[in-house]
Amino acid sequence: MSNIIETQHVDFYYGNFKALRNINIDIPEKAVTAFIGPSGCGKSTLLRLYNRMNDLVDGAKLEGKILIDGEDIYDKKIIVEELRKKVGMVFQKPNPFPKSIFENVAYGLKVQGMKNKTELENRVEDALKKAALWEEVQAVLDKSALQLSGGQQQRLCIARCLAINPEIILMDEPASALDPISTAKIEELILQLKDRYTIVIVTHNMQQAVRVSSKTAFFYLGELVEFNDTNIIFENPERIETRNYVTGKFG
Amino acid sequence: MTAAKKQQIAFLIIRTLSILVVGILFVILGFIIIRGIGVINWDFISKMPEEGMLEGGILPAIIGTLYLIAGSILFAFPIGVMSGIYMNEYLKDGPAKRFVRLMTDNLAGVPSIVFGLFGMALFVNKLKFGDSLLAGSLTLGLLALPVIIRTTEEALKAIDDTYRHASYAMGASKLHTIKKIILPAAFPNIITGLILSIGRVSGETAPILFTVAAYFLPRLPHSMFDQAMALPYHLYVLATSGTDIDKARPIAYGTALILIIIVLICNLMANLIRKIQRK
Repeated sequence: MSNIIETQHVDFYYGNFKALRNINIDIPEKAVTAFIGPSGCGKSTLLRLYNRMNDLVDGAKLEGKILIDGEDIYDKKIIVEELRKKVGMVFQKPNPFPKSIFENVAYGLKVQGMKNKTELENRVEDALKKAALWEEVQAVLDKSALQLSGGQQQRLCIARCLAINPEIILMDEPASALDPISTAKIEELILQLKDRYTIVIVTHNMQQAVRVSSKTAFFYLGELVEFNDTNIIFENPERIETRNYVTGKFG
Repeated sequence: MTAAKKQQIAFLIIRTLSILVVGILFVILGFIIIRGIGVINWDFISKMPEEGMLEGGILPAIIGTLYLIAGSILFAFPIGVMSGIYMNEYLKDGPAKRFVRLMTDNLAGVPSIVFGLFGMALFVNKLKFGDSLLAGSLTLGLLALPVIIRTTEEALKAIDDTYRHASYAMGASKLHTIKKIILPAAFPNIITGLILSIGRVSGETAPILFTVAAYFLPRLPHSMFDQAMALPYHLYVLATSGTDIDKARPIAYGTALILIIIVLICNLMANLIRKIQRK
């Protein structure tokens, strides 16, 4: 299994606050990697470095290197819009646009300049099928996406992300705002997608990490404490901090 | 006194005051309708004024006001919306933004007669537009600008950042995001700003006094460099000067009623646009 993302000696600051300290972690291709750790440990910050969403934050500063497909994504010649087409993101709160279901999924394609109606329709259908939402919405594609349930909205956001065929999908606590049944559907979906996409998922739900990921990274106070196969992290971690966290002794 | 009792009394006061406000509005409207409806007929809105404005209709004033509304909005709406976009989407929080906001707020509070004087100095005299629809429209447009800028800014601010982030994460540029996501979502509230400014523009007398308004001009304007009559000024003239003020009174009420109806129609049209856009 080769690594698609290489994180080398990354320090990251929000103004004077050092949010990440010397992070070195390589993310395997076409597998699910989970980031766990208590709130404020830096796991979401690291995730947002991979598609440069932290560029939007004033006073953010990065030291070190992040390579995706061997390319330094913070290099000056990188066009950030192009990077984000390759590295998609699903957010914590479902955030479909206030547009129709169809328009939501077609959005990224239209951003890329796709105009052909048949092609758009095929790609939208394809993405919705991959996101296991097609059966539920095929009759109501013209309806507002905001009328869907929270779980459906989140799967729509995943479909929207899949439509532009990213290599990597970043998921920032994608199920934390959802009920257990919707959560189960999202997890099932992640398992269906993992052979085709590289998925990095931030989660507070440790059972979720066990269920969906093959590797898990534990972060604490801006540092990467331990990174290993998920079953090792949860059954036989090297570090006492990891053991305490995954057994619920703190966090 | 119990908390429940206190609450009852508080709501009673609030309700009474609300009813009072709405009531006053209806009294004003009713008063104008009752006094003005008698003179309104097809001739009144389709004919030129005659006999020292005591006979005939008020067509040139209606047309003049419509031109002024259209002209000022055509000038102020695009500039105002773009300024609002710049304020909210591009300008970062800091002294510059606070300064611009303070200035727009102050501009909104400047008495309209001052706008009138400024319009006369700049558009009529300096730029040599003369007393004209162009000068009047620009002056009224300046008056409407702060309202449009601020409502646009507030409308954009109300759009949740998660939409912006979702769009950026799809590889969309900032401009594309504003065009396709932010503006459409903010559109209904921007239209509210438009409605407010149409209301203001159509009723103002002072800014047009020295820039466009003609006392008596029984023909339609030929071009944007022509003078024109306008409803609010016509109303003022009818109420204060003329050969027979008592005889002019019903015509004044009729004119007021027409002005209100025009504003009402503009609002309805804006609401219609808002509804269509929402679909």
